[in-house]
Amino acid sequence: MSIATSTPLKTANDALGIGHLVGRALIVLALLALIAAPLAVYPVFLIKILCFALFAAAFNLLVGYVGLLSFGHAAFFGGAAYITAHTVKEWGFTPELGILAGVAFAATLGLVMGFLAIRRQGIYFAMVTLALSQMVYFVFLQAPFTHSEDGIQSVPQGLLFGIIDLSKPLPLYYTVLGAFLLGMVLIWRVVNSPFGNILAAIRENEPRAISLGYEVNRYKLAAFVISAALAGLAGAVKAIAFQLASLVDVTWQMSGEVILMTLLGGIGTLLGPVVGAALVTAMEHYFAATSIPAPVLIGGCFVACVMLFRRGIVGEIRHRLKARSSR
Amino acid sequence: MTEPHPLPHLQVRGLNGWYGESHVLHGVDIDVHEGETVTLLGRNGAGKTSTLRAITGLLKKREGVIKLKGRDLIGLPTYQAARAGIAYVPEERGIFAGLSVAENLTLPPKVAEGGMSVAEIYRLFPNLEERRNSQGTKLSGGEQQMLAMARVLRNGARLLLLDEPTEGLAPVIVQRIGEVLRTLKASGMTILLVEQNFRFARKVADRFYVMEHGRVVDHLTAAEVPDRLASLQTQLGV
Repeated sequence: MSIATSTPLKTANDALGIGHLVGRALIVLALLALIAAPLAVYPVFLIKILCFALFAAAFNLLVGYVGLLSFGHAAFFGGAAYITAHTVKEWGFTPELGILAGVAFAATLGLVMGFLAIRRQGIYFAMVTLALSQMVYFVFLQAPFTHSEDGIQSVPQGLLFGIIDLSKPLPLYYTVLGAFLLGMVLIWRVVNSPFGNILAAIRENEPRAISLGYEVNRYKLAAFVISAALAGLAGAVKAIAFQLASLVDVTWQMSGEVILMTLLGGIGTLLGPVVGAALVTAMEHYFAATSIPAPVLIGGCFVACVMLFRRGIVGEIRHRLKARSSR
Repeated sequence: MTEPHPLPHLQVRGLNGWYGESHVLHGVDIDVHEGETVTLLGRNGAGKTSTLRAITGLLKKREGVIKLKGRDLIGLPTYQAARAGIAYVPEERGIFAGLSVAENLTLPPKVAEGGMSVAEIYRLFPNLEERRNSQGTKLSGGEQQMLAMARVLRNGARLLLLDEPTEGLAPVIVQRIGEVLRTLKASGMTILLVEQNFRFARKVADRFYVMEHGRVVDHLTAAEVPDRLASLQTQLGV
């Protein structure tokens, strides 16, 4: 016996097929736009957007796909920036080794912080991550190698792999773009893998995932470390690109800003954090020289987002497209 | 009914359980032998679901003896009890709504050899094959129940704990679930069923335990049911 299906399968599959084709076309267009972007927009501004977009995407991997709201991701972003800046400037590391050192530091810190935080859920998890990241902030404030309020300045950009001169804007832009795409592909791969399905199961119904036989804390910790490492990649690349590691990147306000970016763009969507980061960075950039205070505008956008489209920009678009295709 | 094995597949002795300060299970004793289908009967709040949750470890505050083929489970966390060979289908089904039917089916970790392949699952539940690309949210109640059962049959566990599998389902689906349980029983699966639908339970179970106020108050075999129907109906309020 079989039960009648409520949606004709063929129609659903056709809609899915068209959706995939449109999605792929959009991805190709976005890639072409990213490659051609420095011809139209100031590369340093684009680099800033890409760094924050990767940071927000890394944060979203945890909050959007595992359901863990971390309020301490600045520790990985800013911490990796400090380690990269210090190793490159003081120890003479090449840019790639410096970035690797920053990512390794962020991953290790993620392992420690994640190990302590994943035992709690919801607001308690957020508070534990906030407390631990504040401890990291004070370490960077006090440690002599960070030069306190001055930060580590004039970080040499050097030659990537001994060939690519990162002191020139275009090679630097394409290097940052490469790191961004690497991070995005990794996140896409994680989300669309059996491991990603287990993370989705944990987010939706943790007790059920446990009673199926999964030790969920191990999966949460793995996701936390991947997220921390990618946030570290974003911070490390930013330190090389802007030749600076400062306390700003490790403050709790930075953790708040990445939450804002992700919420604006759309939690649990691959492109949402990228759109959110671009929007927030663009507003900060373009309103910095005007009399209009950027934080007020960003706050206004956030209020509008909460009132009008709670799923965020990309989340809302995706929801409406899905609703239209299922009609 | 198959001849009882000397060592029960599942042995529960003196099981006590608490939700916070509330003492909900008071020394529950249950045996389920290999290949048997045993049903826990009782009114709402009798402790049937709590018993299943205590066996799986989802009810964390518990005391007593729970042995799976002689292996003590009482100290084990829930995921290890599942890996020891307990397949639990909760009352709320717990379908992962964001995943498709096919993804839900491939999710459970393998706990032992002998789990059903996806092809076997689709033979047992043909409508799941039709809906394999559908998201969990798009499934009817009956399809969700079948998916919840199908999912745990994939992992190779030989003890199936089913909590109210017929609740809220149309008679035709209830009949289908009964057929599936008989098929599973014929394949040697051990089943512990919690059910308020006595007419359904009567058709599939070999033995019954009747629970009241967190205690087992009666025990009877399927053969004894006709003679004790009147007292059972009083106990169950049906």
